[in-house]
Amino acid sequence: MSKKLLLKNDHIPNINQLAVYRQHGGYTVLENTLKNSNPENVLEEVKKSGLRGRGGAGFPTGMKWSFLARPEGIPRYLVCNADESEPGTFKDRYLMERIPHLLIEGMILSSFALGAKTSYIYIRGEYFYVSRILEAAIAEAYAAGLLGKNIMGSGFDHDCYVQVGAGAYICGEETALLESLEGKRGNPRIKPPFPAVAGLYGCPTVVNNVETIAAVVPILELGGDEYAKIGIGKSTGTKLISASGHINKPGVYEIELGVPVEEFIYSEQYCGGIRGGRKLKAVVAGGSSVPILPTELILKTANGEPRLMSYESLGDGGFATGTMLGSGGFIVMDEDTSIVKNLYTFARFYHHESCGQCSPCREGTGWMEKIIHKILDGHGTMQDIDLLWDIQSKIEGKTICPLGEAAAWPVAAAIRHFRSEFESYVQNPENIKDIKHYYRLQN
Amino acid sequence: MTTSEQIVFSKESLELVQKMMLRYPEGKHKSALIPVLHIAQAEFGGWLSAPVMDYVASILKIQPIEVYEVASFYSMFNLKPVGKCLIEVCRTSSCWLCGAEDIIDHIENKLNIKVGETTADGMFTLKAVECLGSCGTAPMMQVGADYHENLTLSKVDALLEKFKSEDKQSRYC
Ligand SMILES: Cc1cc2nc3c(=O)[nH]c(=O)nc-3n(C[C@H](O)[C@H](O)[C@H](O)COP(=O)(O)O)c2cc1C
Ligand code: SF4
Ligand code: FES
Repeated sequence: MSKKLLLKNDHIPNINQLAVYRQHGGYTVLENTLKNSNPENVLEEVKKSGLRGRGGAGFPTGMKWSFLARPEGIPRYLVCNADESEPGTFKDRYLMERIPHLLIEGMILSSFALGAKTSYIYIRGEYFYVSRILEAAIAEAYAAGLLGKNIMGSGFDHDCYVQVGAGAYICGEETALLESLEGKRGNPRIKPPFPAVAGLYGCPTVVNNVETIAAVVPILELGGDEYAKIGIGKSTGTKLISASGHINKPGVYEIELGVPVEEFIYSEQYCGGIRGGRKLKAVVAGGSSVPILPTELILKTANGEPRLMSYESLGDGGFATGTMLGSGGFIVMDEDTSIVKNLYTFARFYHHESCGQCSPCREGTGWMEKIIHKILDGHGTMQDIDLLWDIQSKIEGKTICPLGEAAAWPVAAAIRHFRSEFESYVQNPENIKDIKHYYRLQN
Repeated sequence: MTTSEQIVFSKESLELVQKMMLRYPEGKHKSALIPVLHIAQAEFGGWLSAPVMDYVASILKIQPIEVYEVASFYSMFNLKPVGKCLIEVCRTSSCWLCGAEDIIDHIENKLNIKVGETTADGMFTLKAVECLGSCGTAPMMQVGADYHENLTLSKVDALLEKFKSEDKQSRYC
């Protein structure tokens, strides 16, 4: 089930250059669309495609676009979310670095559909070198008349700019991103109003992930109906998966949604199995925020069905026995991994990244980090495990933005599925000794 | 930076800043603040002193507090002096699973400093950071704008030697 739409040309040398991108059919979708179509049709095709946001939440893109307010005389904006800071996720970087023009073509097409004369690509500051690649590609596009006034004689004007952040996971949350783009601290806004009504500079704004925007190009090339035939059920199309951890072949893979998880982990086409022939212990399937699942639940659902790489199948069973596709950050852990220590790296991350506006998140993330540290230090008690559970349960649903939940879910899942490991650390601190130095470098 | 007179952007940086401010609608040039702080940090020794931040405020015609509150929010802005070479090693899940702690220990031993410290000669600062989007090529570290991936101890040794011999300020931009 290998199907490449986004990365079909990623192996071509110099595909980051406009001339090479065009030799391989680049910008023909834009040309055809501007000549023969109109914004309503583009929106219609995207709706038909069933495309769901690739940033993590999986919200239908066509529906999001149709919510955009269109008052007369007020500019509308498209903002591309290239903040990519969810641990385990590196697909947007790969796409932008290799095929920057695919994103830019998608930006122009999406802006055409939305009636946005200006768009911004907000990229995390650490990806500075990638921002340079994007800037170079944008300059090429301007020089070729693909950006700027009257693009390809269509009468459509569009400017696209790259904006760098400066190190803040929270700026991936769309309203924090907009604050940051306005030159402020990345504090998420209280919603409503939603960005579709009052976003950047108070104007109607659509925020979409890099991969979502890039997918608009193959959608318009194939037609929405054809795109929707790829994948499985409501998980249409292809998805970029960032695979990392204890696998033989880490990297970015484009999969047709619906590939069995087992095939993804073990086949040579994808991850190539577990390093050193070890056994699988657990997987975080969709970036650090989604619940971790032990082997038996990641390979099969609670009903014994094979688990598939799709929004529905990964979500099957809710959080009791399932997880989420999320951003597609697929982190694999072998049989000797300390789940508690892995959780500690997440807890430290969320504490570091909380913007501090809401007390359940600001305080809760700090307490969770401290308690897990205490357990790993050999001073944990059984009550600490219950306290940890209690704290995480009191964050969910009580904060301005979903970072609170993102911090709580991994803690809940680790306790739910690996409670005995926490208990063994409490009861027998000897078990903790080897954790730090277990993961020797490969060579 | 002893007196504020010395804090002036180079001609090229100033032109870049002016150009950048045109990217935003009229009156919204505060949007340039983060990119301009990056330029300032790179140009004025790898960190943002209060006089540097005041200078940025004057260039963007905003209040100094608007600059301070932003500079203190984002982890890439250093509000204290750092070594010439700022080494940032990722320690989050995927990197940890692939040996990031060995990398950190090794650098600590080699440079005789702990995470968060600067060597006595002011050459190196070691920082442990959160996921930099390089999880598939873990373990990794960032120095200035450069990503160093699939690290091994010998790779780290060679890099430290290289940084020492180049003896230049690491910068993101
Ligand atoms: C704490 C937090 C961090 C997020 N980080 C990202 C990110 O790095 N990239 C991204 O595309 N979306 C991220 N999101 C989701 C965005 O808020 C938003 O839903 C997304 O950009 C919408 O684009 P899509 O519909 O194309 O997925 C994050 C959300 C939260 C709550
Ligand atoms: S949930 Fe956390 S990150 Fe989100 S707004 Fe509240 S304090 Fe900030
Ligand atoms: S976990 Fe280290 S780069 Fe992602």
